[in-house]
Amino acid sequence: MESLVTRAGLWFVALLFAIFMYVNAVDAPFAIHMGVFGLAALAGLVISLRKPDYKALATGGAALPDQSRYDDDLIRTGVILATFWGCVGFLVGLYIALQLAFPALNLGLEWTTFGRLRPLHTSAVIFAFGGTALITTSFYIVQRTCRARLALPGVARFVFWGYQLFIALAATGYLLGVTQSKEYAEPEWYVDLWLTLVWVAYLAVFVGTILKRKEPHIYVANWFFLSFILTVAMLHLVNNAVVPVSLFGSKSYPVWGGVQGALVQWWYGHNAVGFFLTAGFLGMMYYFVPKQAERPVYSYRLSIVHFWGLIFLYIWAGPHHLHYTALPDWAQTLGMVFSIMLWMPSWGGMINGLMTLNGAWDKVRTDPIIRMMVLSVAFYGMSTFEGPMMSIKSVNSLSHYTDWTIGHVHSGALGWNGMITFSAIYYLAPRLWGRERMYSLRMINWHFWLATLGIVFYASAMWVTGIMEGLMWREYGSDGYLLYSFVETVAAKFPMYLLRAFGGVLYLSGALIMAFNVWQTIAGKLRQEEPLRQAAYDPNADRPLAAAPAE
Amino acid sequence: MANKRIDEPTGIETVGHEWDGIEELNNPLPRWWVTTFWLCVVFSIGYMVVYPAIPLLKSGTEGMWGWSSRGQLAAEMDKAATERKPVLDAIAATSLDAILADPKMLDQAKAGGKAAFKQNCVQCHGAGAAGGIGYPNLKDADWLWGGSAQDIEFTITHGIRSPGVDTTRTSLMPSFGKDGVLQGGQIADVTSYVRSLSGKAPNDAAAQRGAAVFAANCVACHGTDGKGLRQFGAPNLADGVWLYGGSQEQVSASISKAHAGVMPAWAGKLDAVTIKMLAVYVHSLGGGEKFQAAAPAAAAPPADGTGNAKP
Repeated sequence: MESLVTRAGLWFVALLFAIFMYVNAVDAPFAIHMGVFGLAALAGLVISLRKPDYKALATGGAALPDQSRYDDDLIRTGVILATFWGCVGFLVGLYIALQLAFPALNLGLEWTTFGRLRPLHTSAVIFAFGGTALITTSFYIVQRTCRARLALPGVARFVFWGYQLFIALAATGYLLGVTQSKEYAEPEWYVDLWLTLVWVAYLAVFVGTILKRKEPHIYVANWFFLSFILTVAMLHLVNNAVVPVSLFGSKSYPVWGGVQGALVQWWYGHNAVGFFLTAGFLGMMYYFVPKQAERPVYSYRLSIVHFWGLIFLYIWAGPHHLHYTALPDWAQTLGMVFSIMLWMPSWGGMINGLMTLNGAWDKVRTDPIIRMMVLSVAFYGMSTFEGPMMSIKSVNSLSHYTDWTIGHVHSGALGWNGMITFSAIYYLAPRLWGRERMYSLRMINWHFWLATLGIVFYASAMWVTGIMEGLMWREYGSDGYLLYSFVETVAAKFPMYLLRAFGGVLYLSGALIMAFNVWQTIAGKLRQEEPLRQAAYDPNADRPLAAAPAE
Repeated sequence: MANKRIDEPTGIETVGHEWDGIEELNNPLPRWWVTTFWLCVVFSIGYMVVYPAIPLLKSGTEGMWGWSSRGQLAAEMDKAATERKPVLDAIAATSLDAILADPKMLDQAKAGGKAAFKQNCVQCHGAGAAGGIGYPNLKDADWLWGGSAQDIEFTITHGIRSPGVDTTRTSLMPSFGKDGVLQGGQIADVTSYVRSLSGKAPNDAAAQRGAAVFAANCVACHGTDGKGLRQFGAPNLADGVWLYGGSQEQVSASISKAHAGVMPAWAGKLDAVTIKMLAVYVHSLGGGEKFQAAAPAAAAPPADGTGNAKP
């Protein structure tokens, strides 16, 4: 009863606070955001008042949830939301890809310009799709590998829904033009504060669950999740050190200025890739690959060494985003050499992922989920080779500021993050809803091929445009003058922009098929289809006729 | 570790841990993986020795090779400048007329001008120099302030209505409607007349009424025949080329509220040789005229017979 009163009271205070901020707001976007925040607080208040069983409370016999099962309510919601956010993020991505080819699609409206939709796309895929998937899978995995229910279940719900509120505030902010103009850290100071609160709660739930584990050791996936949660907290706090212009307004200015600001931003930006998109998703990989392959992890020793190698080296590699800038040469050098030393620790994860299939490689032929995982880990390997290569200064002088970077990011994001998340969703959906299998395995196969082809079109188009424009920018004629104006290099990319958008269409269609498949699975349907199988093979018959005995 | 066992398909022993059915094999680190890692470390240490790498109290180490990104840029720029110097010196020492007459120098100047154009001029005049609404087309034979290489060089150097530049080309058409000089009906009439000069409107009653308005208000700058006067930068209204559009609405809007486009003065931003090469390049785009020696400032009719006059 006390906890009910406390919880409802906290939401009520949050509601009053939102109303106070709304009334005093000095700009319209801030007022809108406080309205959104107030609605969320109201929803929290209503839910915390309506949900409890008052009759049971009165008789003192409030039933605890079934302690013999894992706490999976949030995870079911998370699978649905991750699927939804994925489709939204890919759709916005396709739209802005088309905007680049056909600028008229900016529609002449400030809300739909590329400048506002682009962060909407990046945040929708990284933070909404990827972040929801990470929170969901980490809650699933930490329970299973600790053999314990989630610690602090109420806080866990706050983390989950608080994070969704963060997404809503960030997304509406972009459309309204609220931005710090820091890549991947666009939300303004008050949204950052909210995320900090959510994130600290996330850490508490995760560490709490690890502390109450029934297993003697902590599984490698949880090391990665923990490093992801801790490092993202640190990055978020340092990079978002800002001073608001008004406590009732949406604008702020950063504490770090000039080249220091740029370095902090790319220390953040690079490690958002390193700890959000690499360490976090490696946590997923370390659970779902051995589970789906039903094989032991290839090497315990490798997992230890590559984990600590990755953690120690990644954090220093950020300056490679600032080659040939005002950043001092020594810092550029360090950014480059740490990136090169990072190559093998990154590949440790790929080796452990792929070699876990030792003894089960035949499943690549028959199990589309395994196939997806293998491709995902292969793309992880490619991107983590490409990254150190692009950090080499002489390569970077060609690749920097070109579409090559976009291609690199997308081969990692679509290939590695996307595919491992899809396979995790396919693994989770039947188990969470108690179904025999996914509605259709053949649709997973379709998704696999659509996504793979989509990535190939996307990444190769961007490699070609990137190298082309990099060469055009530096091309001198025999008279010693630059040959091309910038706009000519943009115009030259048009056909590749179409191919890239086509790749996006394929990738999005795959995701929509997944959404349908998940929907049908939840609905409890099973598609009648030919099973995925191989042609008959008789090893006894597969041999030469007995050789005639030698004379 | 109680639960160690030999994994059947691979023959490798497990470590003995188990989480939710997941076990781990006790495979060693792959040898090639360890070797490659150490090779990367060795390369990195070597790289740090020869390049700037270690932060010290005031600045970083400079590295054995003494390389710096600024130094590399300066060396490359110096090398390119050295290579171009003889050509640029020759262009600087040669008059525009002599450059236009020398095919080799003409090519060199056009190449330099083209490069400078792509960097500095395309933003307004377009990559193909065809301009747009408010930005003159440089490929046609219609010139506001003169189309000889010398005129173009002067325009680039001093700009047009360039703020704060005393020598800039300047003129100002009155806003006949906004300032109340002409009434709505008069503006419509004079618009019809102006458009009739290039055959875009019939020479009807409105145009004839407009002719009188034109004679009273416009001839001082645009000339009695409407073919413009270059000392005022007043456009030729009879050639069918319209800087701000030639529809009834657009012309009427220009009369009612006059435009005063600005081109910056490039002296100080670009060196004299570059401006000279730009003038040659723009001159070569299709509408270049011969230089007319010092036309008197009096209100003489514009240069004729040079491709500018159209019926």
